[in-house]
Formats: sequence, C-alpha cells, structure tokens
Amino acid sequence: MSVLSAYRLVRRSSASRKVAVLAPLGALVATIVLNLCLYLAMGKDAGAVFHAMLVEPLVSWSSFSEVLLKMTPLLLIAQGLAIGFRANVVNIGAEGQFILGAIFAASIPVWFPQATGGWIWPLMLLLGGIGGALWAVVPAFWRVRLNASEILVTLMMSLIATQLLAYLLVGPWKDPMGFNFPQSVMFQMDATLPLLIPGTRVNVALVLALVVTLAAWVYMQRSFQGYQLVVGGLAPQASAYAGFAESRAVWLSLLIGGFAAGLAGAAEVAGPLGQLQRSVASGYGYAAIIVAYLGGLNPIGILFSSLLIAILYIGGDNAMVSAELPVAAVRVFQGSLLVCYLAAITLVRYRLVRVKSEVRA
Amino acid sequence: MPAPLLSLRGLTKTYGTVRANRGIDLDVAEGSIHAILGENGAGKSTLMKLIYGVETPDAGEVIWRGHHVALSSPAEARRQGIGMVFQHFSLFETLTVVENISLIVPGSKAELTARIRTLGQEYGLEVEPRAHVHALSVGERQRVEIIRCLMTDPKLLILDEPTSVLPPQSVQRLFQTLTRLRDRGVSILFISHKLEEIRSICDRATILRDGQVTGNIDPREHDAHDLARMMIGRDMPETRPAVAREPGELRLELAGLDHQPDDPFAQSLSGINLQLRAGEILGIAGVSGNGQGELSRLISGETTDPAASDQIRMMGQPVGHLNAAARRKLGFAFVPEERLGRGAVPEMSLADNTLLTAHRQGLVRRGMINRLREAAFTARCIADYDVRTPGPQAEAGALSGGNLQKFIVGREIMLAPRLLFVSQPTWGVDIGAASAIRRRLVDLRNDGVAVLIISEEIEELFEICDRIQVIREGRLSAALQVSQTRVEDIGRYMIGAEERAGV
Amino acid sequence: MNALTFVLAGMLAAAMPFLLAALGELLAERSGVMNLGIEGMMAVGAVIAFLSVHHFGTHTLGFLLAGLAGAALSLVFAWLALTLRANQVAAGLAIGILGQGLSALFGKSYESRTVAGLPKLSIPSLSEIPVVGGLFSQDAVVWLGLLATLTIWAALRFTKLGLVIRAVGENPSAARSLGYPVIAIRYSCVMFGGLMAGFAGAYAATVYTPLWADGMIAGRGWIALALVVFATWMTGRVFFGAVLFGAVSLAQLAAQAGGVNLNSQLLASLPYIVTILVLGVISSNRRLLKVNGVASLGKTYIP
Repeated sequence: MSVLSAYRLVRRSSASRKVAVLAPLGALVATIVLNLCLYLAMGKDAGAVFHAMLVEPLVSWSSFSEVLLKMTPLLLIAQGLAIGFRANVVNIGAEGQFILGAIFAASIPVWFPQATGGWIWPLMLLLGGIGGALWAVVPAFWRVRLNASEILVTLMMSLIATQLLAYLLVGPWKDPMGFNFPQSVMFQMDATLPLLIPGTRVNVALVLALVVTLAAWVYMQRSFQGYQLVVGGLAPQASAYAGFAESRAVWLSLLIGGFAAGLAGAAEVAGPLGQLQRSVASGYGYAAIIVAYLGGLNPIGILFSSLLIAILYIGGDNAMVSAELPVAAVRVFQGSLLVCYLAAITLVRYRLVRVKSEVRA
Repeated sequence: MPAPLLSLRGLTKTYGTVRANRGIDLDVAEGSIHAILGENGAGKSTLMKLIYGVETPDAGEVIWRGHHVALSSPAEARRQGIGMVFQHFSLFETLTVVENISLIVPGSKAELTARIRTLGQEYGLEVEPRAHVHALSVGERQRVEIIRCLMTDPKLLILDEPTSVLPPQSVQRLFQTLTRLRDRGVSILFISHKLEEIRSICDRATILRDGQVTGNIDPREHDAHDLARMMIGRDMPETRPAVAREPGELRLELAGLDHQPDDPFAQSLSGINLQLRAGEILGIAGVSGNGQGELSRLISGETTDPAASDQIRMMGQPVGHLNAAARRKLGFAFVPEERLGRGAVPEMSLADNTLLTAHRQGLVRRGMINRLREAAFTARCIADYDVRTPGPQAEAGALSGGNLQKFIVGREIMLAPRLLFVSQPTWGVDIGAASAIRRRLVDLRNDGVAVLIISEEIEELFEICDRIQVIREGRLSAALQVSQTRVEDIGRYMIGAEERAGV
Repeated sequence: MNALTFVLAGMLAAAMPFLLAALGELLAERSGVMNLGIEGMMAVGAVIAFLSVHHFGTHTLGFLLAGLAGAALSLVFAWLALTLRANQVAAGLAIGILGQGLSALFGKSYESRTVAGLPKLSIPSLSEIPVVGGLFSQDAVVWLGLLATLTIWAALRFTKLGLVIRAVGENPSAARSLGYPVIAIRYSCVMFGGLMAGFAGAYAATVYTPLWADGMIAGRGWIALALVVFATWMTGRVFFGAVLFGAVSLAQLAAQAGGVNLNSQLLASLPYIVTILVLGVISSNRRLLKVNGVASLGKTYIP
C-alpha cells in the first residue's frame, strides 16, 4: 500500500491509444507470471506447463486448427455481448442463450432424423439464433417494462437453461439406442456443418464468425444506430437528451447478444459435437464475457482476445495430459487474466503521477 | 493592528495541468466579514477547499491564530475552529436534519435536537430537526448547513456563494445572520461574484483572477466598476439594448400542465401556463429546486407524458407524448443546465458530440455516419463560437465548463431552431463568454426565433428577456413585462409573498 | 416427519448461505459498491473450509480461514474497483470467475469426499413443541447468523457507523467534504462482504451439505445478490427473503421425497424462476427503489 499511496491517478485529457494496445499485452505477461508461480506452488514443472499451454497449440497445424475451432463460438458470442456491454446492457447469460441455440438447432435432426438436403444446416443455424434471441426476450422485457436488472435475470435464465437441457437429454430427446446416456441421436450428415479445411474439424462457422466480426465493426464504428448504443452506455442522460430511446437500445443489445450466442450454440452442436449432449454447456458463454472485455469491447480487439482464450483452452487440455494440470487451471488463468487486464486498462484513461513532497506546516 | 486570525502565504495548488491557485497570500482579521471575489474559474472554490482541508496544497503555508498548521482534513479544520457551508450542499437527502448534523457534531439525538432549536431561534435559522432533508427547500437546506457549522463552534465560517440559491428577500435575512455572527466574534469568509452584495456586507475583499490575487481592498471605498475591472482585468462588457419587436406566432404553449414525477424526491408541477411567441425571449426565474428541472425535462421531451399530450404544444402541435428527438424534428433545440453527461458525452470527441443533436443536418446518410461532414460541422461550431480546444477530436470532458457551454450553445443554434430553450445559459461561464452568449440569444430573438430561458440570475433575465414568469413550488406565476417590473417584484414572487397578499 | 415439520426444522439452516452472503453484500451496497463476485467468494470460502475441516477436523478454523479467503478475494475486487476505478460490474465478474476457478482447482482431489457436520444446539422445552419445535434446534452457526442479522440491523439503524455508511453510499463527495475517508470506508464494507461470503460458502460446504462437489454453490451467490434488491436494502427483509428461499429449496426436497410427481429439473429451476418473478415485481416499483435505494450504487467514485 505504501508504494501505491505514493502515486496518484490523474485523468488524461483523452484516452491513450498506445496504452490501450499495450495494456492487454502487459496484463497477459503479468497473468502468465502469476499463474506460473501458482503451478510451481502446486509442485508442477512450470516450464513444461508453459510450453504445453501457450506454445504447443501453435506449433502444429492440427492443434492450431483446434484453436480455430474453439475460437469460433467465443468470437461469435463475444461480438454480440460487446455490443450490449458498450450500451451498458450487461448480458451475462450468454451461456443460456448458447444452450437454447443448441436446443433449437437440434430440434431439426431430433424430430426429422431422416430429412436430407443442403438447406438443413443453414436452417439449424437460423433456428439457433432465434432460440438464443428468444431466451433474451425475458431479460429485455424485464428491464424495459419492469425495470429489473438484466444482470441477474440473464444469469438466472442461464441456470434455468441448464436444467432445461438436462430435462431434454434425460427425457424426451434422449437417444433410445444411446445406452441411457443423456444425449440425443447423432445428427444426420446434412444436419452438420460443412468442413472448411480438409483433415481438420474447422467448419464454415469460422467464416460466419469472421463475417459477424466485420459486421460488428461496421455497426459500431460507422452506423448511427451503433453510435446511439454507445451514447446510451456512456451517458444515459445525454441519450435521453438527444431522444435516443433507451428501450430500443436494451432490446437491440439483448436480441443481438442472444442471437449471436444462439448461433454459436447451433454451430457447436451442428459442428464438432454432432449431437445434443450435456457437454455443450461447457462455459463458452462465461468465457466470452472475458473475451469481450479483454478485447476492449472492440470488434477487432475481440478477434485477438478470442484467439488467445482459445489457445488457452487447447493449451489447458495439453497441460492436463502432459503435466497433469487440472482443467480448472484454465478457469483460474482466465479469471486472473481479466483481473490483470482491468488493472492495466486504468492507465488508458489515467496517468500515474508521483505525489510531490509533503507540504510544510 | 492585532495578528490576523488566518494568514495564507504562497498557497499553490495544481490539478493535472491546471494551476488553480498560484502563490495566494491572504489575511483574515478577527471579527470581520472578508470577501473572496472572482469570476468562475478564478480559483475561489479551490482556495476554500484548501483552507477547509478538503484538498492539501502543493506549496505554501497556513498560519492560524499565530501558529503554523497543516489542515490535512476537514475534521482537522473543524477541530481548529474552521467551518464551511458548501455551495452544493454536503447534506444527505435520505437522512434527517439531526442525523445530518450528528455526522460531524458529537452528542445524543435529543441534545442535538434541542441545540438545533436554540441556535435556530438565536440566529434566525429555524428548521425542523426531525424533517428529512429531501423534504426541505433549498433555503432551509442552507440553514441546516449553517447550523451544522455553528454547532462545531467555529472561529471562522466559510460560505461558498451562499446567495446564489436565495431569493433577494432571503439574502437580507442571511446578511442579518452573518452580521450577528460577526458581532459575536466569528470571522466570515464570503465567496461571491456579485459585486453589490460584497459592497453591502463585507469589511474587506480579496480579488482573485486566474488563480492569483489581483487586489486586496476595502470594498466600500470602491464602486462596482473598479471591482469588476480588478476581477476580469478590463471593463465590463456593454450590454446591447434589445430592439422592440412585435411578437409573431405561438411557438410554445403550456396549458394547465400538471405533472407528478416518478422520482419521489422531485417537485411535482401543477397548473403551469405559458405562452411563447416567435421573436421574443421569455425568462423563467425562481430559486433552484422549485420545479425548474422537472419543467425543463417536460418541455425538452426527456420526460414524456402521454396523458399531458395536449397540454404541451410546440409550433401548434401537441407534443407531450413525443420524445426529445421527435420534438427536435419540429424545430426545437435545447441547451440543458448540465453540460457533462447530458448536453455532451464526456468521453466522446467534440465531433461525435455534434452528432448527438446535429445528426439531422446531413451528417448521417442511410444510417451511416458521414465523418467528413461531421468534422466540418464541428470545425465551424468551434470557429464561430470561439470554443478554445485543440480541435474537433478533443474529448468533451477535457474542455473547461465555459468552453463546453459555448460549444453546446453553438451546436444548438447551428440547428437553426424555431424554438430555442436554454437552461442556465451562463452558469460557470466567464464574464466575457457570458455576455457573448447573451448577445447571441438576443440576435436570435431579433431574427424571429422564440427563446425560452431558465435562470437563477435575475439580473441576467432582466438584461435580455421581454417577459418573465416566476416558478415557485411547482407553480408558475403570470407573465410580467420586464419593462414594467422591478427586481424586487420578482423577488416577492420567488418567496411567495404575492400569493399570500392575494394577488 | 411430515413436510411442514421438515421445512420448519430445516429452513433456517437452508437459509444460512443466502443470509450470510446477502448480509455482507447488503453492507457493501449500502456503502455504494456492488460486488457481483459473491458466487466466486462463496466458492473459495467453501473449498477452503472443506479442506480445513477435512484435514484439521475443526469447524472454527475452517470458518475463520474461509472468511479470510473471501475477504482476500474481495480485497482484489476493492483494489480494482476502488483504487484503480475499474468498472464495478466487470471487476465483480472477474472476481467471480477467478473464485470459481480457484475453488475447482483446490477441490479437484476432494471430489465426493465428506466431512462431519455440526451438532444441533437446542433450546430446552421450546424445541420439544410439536411441528414448530424443530425451529429451536439449530447448529451454532445458525444461532450466530441470527445474532449477526440483529447486530447489522441495529448497527445500520442506530449507530454512528451505520449513519456514516449510509451517507457514503448516498453521496460520496459530500461525505468526503465532511472529512470521511470514503475509499477506506468502502474498502471495509466490501471486505466485510467478502468475509461474510466466505462464511456462507463455508456453511454450505461443511455444515449444510458436508460433501465436496465442484460447483456446489450452484447460483446461491447470485440469489443472495438478488435478495439484497428484493429487500430494498433493508436488513429485516434480507432475513425474511433468505428464509423464504431456504424454505423453497427445502420444499423442493420434501416434494421429491414425498413422491410429488413433478420433474426434478423443474423443481431445481424453481428458485431461479421465483427470483426472476420477484425481481420483476419489486423492481417495477420505481418509487420504492428510489426511496430505499443507494444513490451512488455501482458508480465509480473519483475523489
């Protein structure tokens, strides 16, 4: 504390762009150091963990393709969430919207397992988006009409979605030939996404996520509607003064966020999973919150942060195998990364100034 | 000459790049009322915060009753015998009067209640100790602040712009209280920018300009012109008399408007009647907190009230149900009293802040922002309205209050409105810029624009308005022709004496 | 034992995780700070307490360490939100994610292990009354929890400290101009919140369900947050809300045991559904929120 109290934060006259780029990098370095210390304390070989987590995912094409596969849902969800966060609509229930997207998409192969045709997977993606958006209708209505915090309602909706998924998988949607495992039938060929790169599991959803990124960039940087959302997030009173409707901003934010998360959920079941199963709810919705903040809520920044978090996921799997590191270490890494990032970005708006000598009495 | 109660030597305070106080020297004698006179931004408030220990100086010394002291916190200042009444009161609305006082005065609630009553009678500061602060008028709140200070038994009482929230008659009552305090040995530091007040009550005046002392005088020996010159460094700008003009069509009409706000602490409005025509300036006077905020939100469309749709008419159309954007489409423009966070987004550049209301001036096409036009519009506003800034990309939050006000006024005038509404046009603006803004408003009137002004400065309203209405406790008086009205008449409406007299 | 007797006997214990966490958050919010990381602080408290009880066999030490762990995590939050002026929502989420990760990491090798709970301390004669008697037979933490509720209620209502906390929450700049150290007061309130969340987690993991399972807090931290809103920042209402949720979660168990034919996922969702519904009802009363609310809640204070 004594070191800190010798300094004071002084607001910059405008945000520093240089620091805005450097802060995430500094935060990443600090996080790596902190976590390596943690691994050492746990008696692990820190060098091996570091190598497995952050180097291995990048050295072979097959593992990098897995990174791209992981990155896709993170990128999709985070782009949607970031738009809401900038409008000060804090949707932390992407996990539930993602699950609903997966459920809606799975309804086609579950109900029509014999259907064929090239229209099936696009329809599944669309349904997934709609499912996610529908799950966001409740928090939107609650906030606009009932003045209730969307933070709590979106989170509660996620917890309910998990139960709904469990219900479907042990009940009506359980695969009758599945040895009583809580999972649906395997989807037919036409109900899975076309692969993008032969020999890998990377599918068209990656292209979709990149297109969404570009669209989000144009929307937030160039469109007047995006501008209105940002005004509402920064200064709600200025928004009312200009006559931008708050209710529209809330609806837009939640529906966009829900749609993007639902899309990601659909792409997950129609992509790498190929069936609806419990592991679809593996925390992408929560990780995407970190991705969104880490990318500075900026569509391009999010492109990089989603890549980083995806590397960590794959690297965490590697470390579990090679260094016997529990999977939970990845969550600790993510959490501490966000903590370090939030600490670092203070310097984007503030300068650290050494407090001058004490005043004479 | 006896040693002064308080002496400051070379007091300096810097905020970031702003040098708010530079080498201030000041001597306050025992048992005197000492004025600190200066324009907005001259460094008066900073100086008071240094004396009261809210801020600590970067350099300089404080000598209190002959001893060097370090006033490191308000608690320390109070312990030494310094009390302060803030301009924006440091009271807590959800607490009662006695709870507010117990925050800095030790003692049981019963004891404090009794002392509040006695002090109130002694100094003409009556207030109900058990009332919640949110239920009190601004004048009553000021009394609570003063009582709270007196209960710490101060030797020096600092009052920051105490008259800015009072109607003229209450100012007299406050002055009586202050004189009585001085006669009992309490020195008073009286901060103001109102020259006549200082001449009428103060024994001594120290004048600040740009954070430095520019004069130390007996105000009774100088006239207002001398004081003004010391304060702003040149003569007061001349005001231009308005050209008499025949009012045109009705641009704004409030007919029997009633409103019950959602906010339980806000003032409700009842039976508001107002008519404003093209080519005239109508002013709304009143002590702050009497419903100005609620009224301006209803007129601007920040508060919509579908039930009162027909009670608010602009350019002949009912607009009560329309939001701010829809009203602006009819030719309405508005400068709110809060600049940061309402009239402008602090974190956004000036260019992006023009977009807030000027987007209909061809800055947006097919939903996309045209950055070139946005920059051109902003540059024109900065040049035409003398906004001192590095450029259109500077963040609004980095501008001084006065410059930001010039920017917002400029932006709204550039929308070529048919009806312009300005709330507190010159709050926090230096004298030169204030007179420039007033001149712009009069020009607009002469060009046939209908102008509505809410202000707490009666002098300002008298200078530019054709007619004045007074707001008090959510009701609006009938319109008074400025040419046939005296300031004291307005003052009577402000405190409600007219109603009691049955007018 | 019929369902009513069962619910009455157990609802106070079931309420404890909600109550302790919500009381801590209540104080933090009263001072103007919203800490969304309760779930994570509870998770860390839970794992620390479980590990200590498992190894040392004493609940006192377990609770103590859990409280310290929760407070330590809340200190990180306070540093971000108060010293570094980070967005309170983001900082709370970060702490929540970090806490849940740490909990899973430390608890990894204890999955499905059990520890002994706490014995009941009964009030003689009262606890023998039929049906309601169970209310008077509770473990030590429940009795302490009731005492804490009373203490916090009285402190906020009658003491100078409570007055200062309310003042800081309503208007931090005014409080500072009177000379109160706003940041330090907020630090203390936030850390008290962390301490209580740690206790709440400890109770959940070592007394209420003394069995380790990853993710055992299961949203109770979020419900505690919602409780503070339901209660419109009043201590007494926090208590009744917590007991209500305790009763709901027990009723769910009783219903399953009693063979009521409702599917278990729907029953498990019940607390969340109730939360959403109540939140809608309370929040729509804007006047109530304004009168009882904390004016500066969630806003970054810059001295």
